[in-house]
Amino acid sequence: MSQQIQDQPLGGDPEGGEGEIELHKLPLDQWHRNKGGRMVPFAGYEMPVQYEGIMAEHIWVREHAGLFDVSHMGQLTFTGEGVEAALEALMPADIQAAKFSHPVYSLLMAENGGILDDLMLTRIKEGEVYMVVNGACKWDDIAHFREFLPDEIGLNHMEDHALLALQGPEAAAALERVIPGVSALVFMQGAAFQWQGHDLWISRSGYTGEDGFEISVPVDGAEALADAITAQPEVKPIGLGARDSLRLEADLPLYGHDLDTETTPVAAALGFALKKRRREEGGFPGHARIMLERENGSILKRVGLIVEGRQPVREGGLVVDADGNEVGKVTSGGFAPTLQKPIAMAYVPAASAEPGTKITLAQRGKIHSAEVVKMPFVAHKYVRKGA
Amino acid sequence: MSRYFTEDHEWIDVDGDTATVGITEYAQSQLGDIVFVEVPDEGKVVSKGDDAAVVESVKAASDVYAPVSGTVIEGNEALADNPALVNEDPEGEGWFFKLTLADTSELDSLMNDSAYQDYVSKL
Repeated sequence: MSQQIQDQPLGGDPEGGEGEIELHKLPLDQWHRNKGGRMVPFAGYEMPVQYEGIMAEHIWVREHAGLFDVSHMGQLTFTGEGVEAALEALMPADIQAAKFSHPVYSLLMAENGGILDDLMLTRIKEGEVYMVVNGACKWDDIAHFREFLPDEIGLNHMEDHALLALQGPEAAAALERVIPGVSALVFMQGAAFQWQGHDLWISRSGYTGEDGFEISVPVDGAEALADAITAQPEVKPIGLGARDSLRLEADLPLYGHDLDTETTPVAAALGFALKKRRREEGGFPGHARIMLERENGSILKRVGLIVEGRQPVREGGLVVDADGNEVGKVTSGGFAPTLQKPIAMAYVPAASAEPGTKITLAQRGKIHSAEVVKMPFVAHKYVRKGA
Repeated sequence: MSRYFTEDHEWIDVDGDTATVGITEYAQSQLGDIVFVEVPDEGKVVSKGDDAAVVESVKAASDVYAPVSGTVIEGNEALADNPALVNEDPEGEGWFFKLTLADTSELDSLMNDSAYQDYVSKL
């Protein structure tokens, strides 16, 4: 057998490959190995890609609950008077109007309207913002913030904190037993909790389309907390492989693959991140181009595809027209365990972006037929306020 | 019948001048859940080292090389509907294709079972 001729995003990270940079270890590195995790390079870290198998882990999360270690992600705290307006100069979120303790999705914008990173930010209180950015981007993001934020704004990289995510329909029942009170949170709401003397920040959010929680925990309490959570009968540890297939089914783009400095929020179908006041007032990088695209449409659009047959068309596959010209590309693709079909995210010409449109793909010299479908591929099961 | 192995984790059962080719237990365990297999058509002529089949797991796509030269006489059609056979029984029901050997001397460079187990134990 050959080397893997095409890797999933797991191997596709520019800073994740084996090579010149020494890989960092997660705070829970030994814990993963003890649990049978197969460690691979990702985002500059050695991370568990799977424990018992991607398919079984994926289905376990859709039916029960899975614990993910996402401590490679960058946890940042910004403090200082005027921090809300200062951050708004770099992204299209309406931070000044954001409710305390409610995470907001936003995009770190480039001048050309491209995306430097996607992130979650939470106003903790007046003058304090907590932010989670992608692991592969965090060093660039920190440099960007230091360069463009006023000197009065403090930036703390919380390297002394791990980040765990518990996801799945049984996540609330399991976590409530460990940390009483968490199930009172609703989707996109956070709060501070105490557990065995450790200060936690927990939000009801995630990257799978399921109900679930993301838990920021000091490194010295992380292993005990991971043990306490995985001791619950509903919970198994889940690797990056299933995280990728779960997020793909849930229409959650992955930075560096579905989003990059060449994709705009309009093309990426992330218009919801462009808040009304910010669209009207501007004052963030790329505003002019984004408004133009909102008016006239973008050339390409990110869509979901179901591929005919069983063979996945993965990142790097081409979208071709009737004459075989390249008109777009597949940015994520794989076999969807829930659907038992190959699915993909792709950028296609705007005229071909409507659900039901037939799309032709080319991969390694072979033609595949696909159809544009409405995303998410698998319905979200968030527990919303009032539900 | 003799079974040979390659460093690329294929097995070859040889019976006279006919060979059956598949991937090893070690290979399937490394690949994980297999979701698609493409086997060569009857009549295809392959040289040792040519791409002969494709196997895709949830995670990645891999080529399977022809471990020896020959003419394909049969692809395992059962894999089209049930690629997971490769996970369940890689060295039996999950075989990939059969071919008529062009040059039996090519077998000389392959490993036997104990040499292959020794090779895998050092990976």
